[in-house]
Formats: sequence, C-alpha cells, structure tokens
Amino acid sequence: MDLLGYGAFFLTTALIFSLITLGLNLQWGLTGLFNVGVAGFVAIGAYTSALLTTPDDAARLGGFGLPILVGWLGAMVVGGVAAAITGIATLRLRSDYLAITTFGVAVVVQLVALNAQKLTGGPFGIGFIPRPFGGLAETPLLFNLSNLAIVSVVTLIVYLALEHLSRSPWGRVLKALREDERAAISLGKSARFYRVQAFAVGGAIMALAGALQAHFTGFIAPDNYLPALTFQVWVMLIVGGSGSNIGAVIGSILVWAIWAGSGALTSVLFSPEQQARAASLQIVAIGVMLCVILLVRPNGLFGDRPRRSRFGKGAKAAPDESAALS
Amino acid sequence: MSLQFVVDGLLAGSMIGLGAIGVTLTYSILRFSNFAHGDFMAWGAYATLAVVGAIGAMFGKIAPIAPLSFGWPLIVALIIGMAATGLLALALDMVLFARLRAKGQAIIVVMASFGASMALRSLLEFIFSSRPTYFSRAIQIARPIGFGIRITPDQIALLLLTAVLVLGVHLLMTRTQTGRSMQALSQNAALARIVGIDVAKVVRVTWIIGGALACVAGVMIGILIQIRPFMGFEMLLPMFAAAILGGIGSVPGAVLGGLIIGLAEAGAVQLIGAEWRAAVSFIILMAVLFVRPIGLFGVRER
Repeated sequence: MDLLGYGAFFLTTALIFSLITLGLNLQWGLTGLFNVGVAGFVAIGAYTSALLTTPDDAARLGGFGLPILVGWLGAMVVGGVAAAITGIATLRLRSDYLAITTFGVAVVVQLVALNAQKLTGGPFGIGFIPRPFGGLAETPLLFNLSNLAIVSVVTLIVYLALEHLSRSPWGRVLKALREDERAAISLGKSARFYRVQAFAVGGAIMALAGALQAHFTGFIAPDNYLPALTFQVWVMLIVGGSGSNIGAVIGSILVWAIWAGSGALTSVLFSPEQQARAASLQIVAIGVMLCVILLVRPNGLFGDRPRRSRFGKGAKAAPDESAALS
Repeated sequence: MSLQFVVDGLLAGSMIGLGAIGVTLTYSILRFSNFAHGDFMAWGAYATLAVVGAIGAMFGKIAPIAPLSFGWPLIVALIIGMAATGLLALALDMVLFARLRAKGQAIIVVMASFGASMALRSLLEFIFSSRPTYFSRAIQIARPIGFGIRITPDQIALLLLTAVLVLGVHLLMTRTQTGRSMQALSQNAALARIVGIDVAKVVRVTWIIGGALACVAGVMIGILIQIRPFMGFEMLLPMFAAAILGGIGSVPGAVLGGLIIGLAEAGAVQLIGAEWRAAVSFIILMAVLFVRPIGLFGVRER
C-alpha cells in the first residue's frame, strides 16, 4: 500500500513537470522561442493561485478565499499576461534578447517572492493553500490517488488541446515561422503577433502547472522556484525531444524518475553532512547530460519529424535529421 | 543622500564592466549570449584563491604590501588565475560550443551554455562547498577624501587596475592587427573570411580575453565582498544588461554600460534598500529594449 501511495505521489509530481514541459514545448519546440525563465512563470502561477484561494491573512495582502478553480484560472491569466509582455518587449529583436529577458523575469520574480513580504510572505512563503480533496488527508493513499486523478485529467486536457492546436492552421503558421520565417511572412503572416500568442499560451500553461503544484503541496516558498527548476524542465524537453508533445510528457516522467532515483541513492550512500555536496554533483551530472544530448542526439527520443503519412510524401527524408548527421 | 554611492557604484560598475566586455565580445564575434560567462568569474576567483593557498604553503606567511590588504602572492595568483580561466573558456569552447556552432543553430549554443553554467557552478559547490570564503579577513579602514566619501586603499588599487585593463583592451581592439580582425569578424563574418582572416585565432583570442577579464572581476568581488560558487551567476543579469545598454560589440560601451548600471544599483540601494538591487539591471534592460535596442554605441544588425 505504501508503494502504491508513493507511486501516486511520484506520478503526480512527474505529471506536473510534464505540464510545465508541455508549455515549454509550445514555446520552444513548436515556435522556436527560447525561455530561460521557466521557474519565474511557474512561480507567478503558484503565487497568484495561492493569493486568490487562501483564507484571509492579516500579515499580507489578500487571502481572498476564492474557489480553487478561480485560482487556477487567475494563475493562467496572470502567467499569460506576464509572458505576453515579455514577448512584446523582445520578439522583434534577436532571439538571444528573449533568452536574456526571460532570465531577468525569473530573477525579478524570485526577488519579489523573497522581499515583497506583504504580497508573498517573503522567505517563509505561503501556507494553508487549500487542497482539492483536503478532507481525504486522513487517508494518504486515497488523497494521493485523487490528486493524481485531477492532475492526470488536467494534463490530458492540455495535451489534447495542444495536439489539436499544433495541427490547426494556427499551429501550422507557428511551424512555418520556425522553419522559414521569410516564406511565412511573405504569405502575409505577422511573425511577431503569432509568436507573442504562442509565448503567452505557453506561459499560461506553466503558470497553471505552478498553481496545481501549489495546491498539491499546500505550501509554497521562494526556494521552490530556483533556476535549477528551469534547468530540469529544459532537460526533460530535450530528452523527450522538442517539438513532440508526447515526448515532453515521457521525457518529464523519465528525467524525474532519474532525478528522484539518484536523489534517493545519494541519501543512502552519503552521510547527512555530505548530502548538500552530493546534491550539487547530481546537478553537474544532469548538466553534462543536457550537453551530451545536444551534441549527440539533438532530436531526443521523440524529436519532431515531418508528418509523412498525411501528405503521402514518404520519400522525403526529415531535413533536421540529415542536418544533425552532417 | 550621501555621495558615498558614487564610489560603491564605480566599484560595482568596474566588476560588471569587466565581465560585460567578455559577454559583448562573445556575442558579437561568436554570435551567442554565453550564460556560462558568470561562472568563469567564480572559477577565476576560486582558481586565484587556490594559487594563493599554494603560494602560502610554499613560502609561508607573507606580509601585505603597505596600505593594501594583500601582498605579492595575490598579484602572482591573479595572473595565473587569468591564464587558467582563459584556458577554461577555450576548453569549454573546444568540447562544446565549437561543435554546436558547426551545426549552425545559434540558439542551441545558448542552451548548451545554460547547461554548462549549471554544471560549472555546481561543480564548484561540490569541490569548495557553498560556504563563502575570503582572500583576507583583515578589515581596512576607509579614509575620507571629501564630499562625505570614504574609500579604502584596496578600492583605489582595484579602480586603477580596471582603468588600466580597459585601456589595454581598447588599444588591443583598435591598434593591433588581431584586434582589427576581431572587429572585422564581428561586423561581417563572411567578408572577413574572404579576406583571409584567421577565424580560429580570433575565436581563441576572444575566449582568452573574456576569460581573463572575468577572472579579474571575480577576484575583485572576492577582495571587496566574498567568494561563493553563486557569485558569478548573480552577476549575469547586470553583465547582459550592461552589454546591451552599451551596444553589442562595443568594448567602451560595455564598460560605460557597466558603470551606469553599477551607479544605478548603488543609488537604488541607498534610496530603496539593498534587497532590490538585482531588479535595477532588469528595469534598465527592459527600458533599453523598448527605447533603443541597439544600445548606446551599437550598430544596427544586418
């Protein structure tokens, strides 16, 4: 029974990561927009939802006690708007500027989370975030399973919506912009407008994931949203293969399994004083893994390949694969 | 508001500016923003610290030079550290960046630099632990120099060192053949290749200059504040902001941008409070991107 409970807990966390990775896949995999501030957008969602749904707290602003669903919607709106503003500022410039700006967004969000005590509770974070099925907390197994069910349903909805979007005319414009911007513009598509939309939707999905996570654990603090989170999500996407939604989900589960497994291993192998150092070695290993995958297999497990069956052009080889081999 | 913020700002600006030179050169010549540049700073500081320790072990305790807090071992160690950091940058380019550049997707190189940054920083944490260390625990008395400003001998020495280094890099860029090749490559890579510029050499020089200056900035932080594995990563945003504010590819621009951001940070610390320091460079960055994305001395991209 314990194992089942842990399995449910593990899978819930992994699926929340999948959700973040799906958001990143829309931004990077489908549209080619580089976001180094993933942790910032996740944090925006978590804090927004926490502020909207927690009971009134005299020490800080709000605690509006609204229903959880309102919190999730609010998280998506605020996360989407933040991403849209970032996009509007930078998407007319070189792609590196977007990277630098998103990095700055994450730094500033972390700063606000730490210092704006009135809004975010400062370093102590926000507690008492209402949990769906909080009444079941007496029986952990049932509680974990019901959480898993909710997170699975949300992930499935987002996954199906993204699959639909990427096949829709809208998704095809994004792919066209990624592959050949000039050709797409010559067909009358506004590159910047479409990119801002994609970036905003991706940001909203990340914020939703942050909100889910906040309501799952019931407590958030600035430490949850360090640059290491951004980094984990990137590794998940690259391992799964950017451009593929199923790759994003499977990559997340796989990398989270490796991460949690190696974490458990270090806690067995190293004495408590050495654990912090062992944890840093874990990050080194993942960093090297990211670089090696980029060098050796840039398409990951399920990298984006042109859909051959739909147009019957089976003879045409995938261009990005041949480029990677040369 | 006391004028002390001018000294603090100039010092912070020197550290940011020295780092931003490397960022701006990498960006304009190799065409990617290097997220691992901050970690060159930290590696430079730790390498210098290790050499100081080795010298101390060999020659025993050495008295510092009169008013300064450090003696000749630190100066020797800094030179060795600069060389080592330059080599680290070269090695990283050889194993990682050069191979990805050959594949031709600029943004993949940025992502790899992000991964490398994470790995480099955590490796430092693993080797030296995250506890802060210092070159010297001696406390220097700041001397008043009028207008309510106080400054320590160390600070004067480091400001002079920065001025000398910036002048040196500027002369190298404008007066030597190598420097002119670097400018040519940043302005028009294809044309530079056609006239027979040795691209590999220019790339090597770029990394060595960037790495060496990052090391100096790291050691400055180490002397004036402290040494931590995260020290470089926290300088990343100010450095990027300075490079963009000054105009990508411009060495004087990077230094001026660094000084402006350093002064703005120091002013904000006095007016609002130290905890919001890091937001200053973000606000300046956003303002530049909205108003004048090519920066102060930048040229429009082709």
